[in-house]
Order: sequence, then C-alpha cells, then structure tokens
Amino acid sequence: MEYQVIKTEGESRSFPNGSEFMSNASESSEIVVLIGSKAGDALGALSDQESKRAILVELGTECLALHTGESRGREGSNILGFARFRLGNDAPSDLVELVCQPNSSDEAIDSAVQLFKEAGLEVSVCRDFAGRIIDRLVRPYYNEALRRLDEGLATADDLDLTLKLGLGYPEGPIELLERAGLADHHDVTKTLFEVYGERAYAPARRAVVAKQRTQR
Amino acid sequence: MDDIKTVAVAGAGTMGSGIAIVAARAGFETYLFDTSEDTVARARKQTEGFFAKSVAKGKLTEEQVSEILGRMHGTSKVEDLATCDLVIEAVFEDLKVKHDLFGRLNDVCPEHTIFASNTSTLSISEIAGGSGRSDRVVGMHFCLPAQLMKLVEMSPGLNTSEETFNKAWVFCESLKQKPVRTQDTPGFILNYFLVPFNNDVIRLIESGVAEPADVDRAIKKGLGYPMGPCELLDLIGLDTQVRLCEAFYEVTKDPRAACPPLLKRMVAANRLGRKTGQGFYNYEQDAMFGG
Repeated sequence: MEYQVIKTEGESRSFPNGSEFMSNASESSEIVVLIGSKAGDALGALSDQESKRAILVELGTECLALHTGESRGREGSNILGFARFRLGNDAPSDLVELVCQPNSSDEAIDSAVQLFKEAGLEVSVCRDFAGRIIDRLVRPYYNEALRRLDEGLATADDLDLTLKLGLGYPEGPIELLERAGLADHHDVTKTLFEVYGERAYAPARRAVVAKQRTQR
Repeated sequence: MDDIKTVAVAGAGTMGSGIAIVAARAGFETYLFDTSEDTVARARKQTEGFFAKSVAKGKLTEEQVSEILGRMHGTSKVEDLATCDLVIEAVFEDLKVKHDLFGRLNDVCPEHTIFASNTSTLSISEIAGGSGRSDRVVGMHFCLPAQLMKLVEMSPGLNTSEETFNKAWVFCESLKQKPVRTQDTPGFILNYFLVPFNNDVIRLIESGVAEPADVDRAIKKGLGYPMGPCELLDLIGLDTQVRLCEAFYEVTKDPRAACPPLLKRMVAANRLGRKTGQGFYNYEQDAMFGG
C-alpha cells in the first residue's frame, strides 16, 4: 500500500529517524502520515485534505481533537490519530493505537489498519480519550505499585517477582519503571491526572521526586 | 516433608481442582472435598483430561499418571478428612462460608492439622477467628491455573504461630511451588493490583473507548503480557470478579474496586466467561487449561 510521510519538527516517537517505514514511503499518495512531535501542528498547512483517503496524525499524550476540533459528539472525518506504544526510552513496541472519533470514515480506518499491518505492526482501534488504551490502564497500576512500595507491602524484588510469577508479566512494575524512567512516567500520568482528575492518575511520590531531580 | 503426608483441598471448583493436582503430583495423599457429588465427579473427569494431555505432551508417563490419580480421592463427606495434616480451603469468597467449613473441620481434624486458606481478598486473621484454632491458620493463595502457576502468596494472620507458618512454607516448597511472603492486607499483592486493573478494563469497554479484542491486543502486544485482561477475566469467571469486587470494596472502599455496572449486567445475563461458554468472547469447549 502506498503512503506519503510528512516529517514535521521534532523526532517521531513512533518512527524514529532511519526507520524502514519512512524509507518505504512514496512521494505522494492518497494516504498521508504526519509524524514528529509537532505532527498535529502541521495538519493545518496540509492542502486538499478532503481528497485524501486517510490522513494519519502522530499523537503524543494529547487527544486528536486538539488538532481537529470537536463538535457536539459528531466529530470525525478522514483524519485519524495514531501512536506506537512506547514506554519512556524503550524502543517503540509493535502495537499501534489507532485513534478514531465518532464519525471517522470507515474507509480511512480500514486503510490505516491495512497500512500499519503491512508495515509489520498490530493495530488496536480506540476512541479519542487521553491515554488511549494502554496508558489509561497501566498508569494507575504503576502509581499504586510505587505507593505500596512506600507503604512496605513487600520489598521491590518481591513485588516484581509476585507480579511476574502470578500473572506472567515479563517485568515487575518497579524494575520496569526504573528502566523506562520514573520521570517519564511522571509526565504521562500527570497529563492523565489533569484530564480525568482521579487519584489513581496522580503521580506517586517516587515519580514526583524523580521528576524534581531532573529539574535541579 | 516429614510432618505433612496427607492433605485435603476443600472446594472442587477450578481452583480447588488445580491445587489438588499440584499436591497429588508432588506425592501427597490428596482428598478433594466438595459438598456436591456432581462437582467432585466433574473435577475428577477434568483432572483425568488434564493428565491425559500431560501424557500426550510427554511430560508424564501413563504409569506416573496412574500413581498420581491413585493418590487423589474425591469425597463429599467431611469426615473423610479426619486423617489430613493440612487442609486448604478453596471455597466461595464469603467469610461465613469459610467459618462454617473450618468450624466443621475443627471438629473432625486432629489438633495438629493446619488450616490454609486460598482466599484472595479476605483477611487471614478474620478467617482464622472463626476456625477454632487461629494459631494454626495460614494464607496460601495459589494463582490460576493452579496446576500450572508456581506462585503462592503466603500470609500469616495476627495469631498464626511461627511454627505453623514455617511448616506451611516448607510444605509449599515441597509442592515445587514458589512461596512469597506478604502482609495480611486486602488482596495481598496480586489481587491488590489485579482486581482494580480488571475493573478499569471493564469500565474502559463500557465507556466505548475500545472493544475487548482491541484492549487484549494492545496489552499483549504493547506490554508483552501473556494474556489479555478480557481473556483472563473470562478464565477467572466474571462471577468470581464480582465476588472479588464485593469482598475487596467492602474492606478498602477504593472506587476502582467497586463492581462496574457492565460486569453486573454480564453476570445477570449468565455471561460468566469460559465456564458458561460466553463472556467477553464465545467458547465452545469444556476442558481444563494446560496439560
């Protein structure tokens, strides 16, 4: 499937420089993929948007609606959002979260799913909510693990071991956060806390401290 | 180990049957008790099916399986547990049900018999309080499917003697399981994290963010989890998740532990997961997991 990539300012977290996805792109196509940390900002400058089969905008922690606007729950077009899930400084995973709005075009969704699958990725379709699927579910778990570590429920090693052996997780939450970055976790969960206002998303003390240490 | 030779598992559901397999496989004479004879018979049939798969996969020989099955005794009579050195209960997550069971066992079993609870949410100290022998009660929480998973969360109650805890710990290791010591707090470690997480998943689906298959795919592919949360909920049983929520929320009052409305509706519609053939997914088979 042919697609055009428009790289905007700032490195893409989904497709870092040199990725095969970018080198396989065409000069022009009915499917346009905007990537980079400012991908959404470039949407306004894209001409002839209605004629495209799909316009895919790389998202950070923001909602797609920040770039498209919303209207009485009837929003949706050929413009979709996407992000490969990526924890902190880890390499991007093979999972693409494809963000749709209530009236997103079926043709755009089908095209996007096919495009990413042909690139060797798997796709989960979700609606346009902060945190999409994975961050929305795992950030409360990570916060709670950090809080319970503070409260002495068990040692960090036993917490990690229990969750690995009990649920088959490849990593325990404490070792995962240490590796991927507590400060990054702080940034993601703080964004969700601002949107949802729920205690579960409030950055845990250890994440706050880690963030503060990066700012000294 | 020297002190414990004969064990019993009370409750022949999915978890109890799995624990009985672990005990018999490790060489212990094992009674599987349930008040329902039909449940005992069903557990036996599923256990035979599980071991048949073990033979087919080359993990055990037919002779070994014959020996193991010879050590397993199903019964619906509590008096048959009179010779047991340790009894593990795996009945409903209901304090009164557990108190009634341990009360009956306290009359039947010898003084030295240790009572272990496979509870995942209730307090070991509270369970022990109705046992008649609170110094000889310990928490031993196995993971689903017990016949395959190694982890056992072990928790002492406030009155549990060090001797009891140590004996149970050594017994657990002799089962070739991996015990981890936890505090006697709601949900211990595993369910403290899992119950609210699963509820978050159900609320995410209920609010239309994503379909179950998309959630499972995201979690498995994005995080490397072996099962998606909806697949796991269907395996656990949605009615079990409701009971976990009720027990957990009662103690913690954590809003994330409160039972999501969609979960209640699915249970009301008998969409309990694998056990009824329909939950978040549709199923057609009735076989024990693994082999």
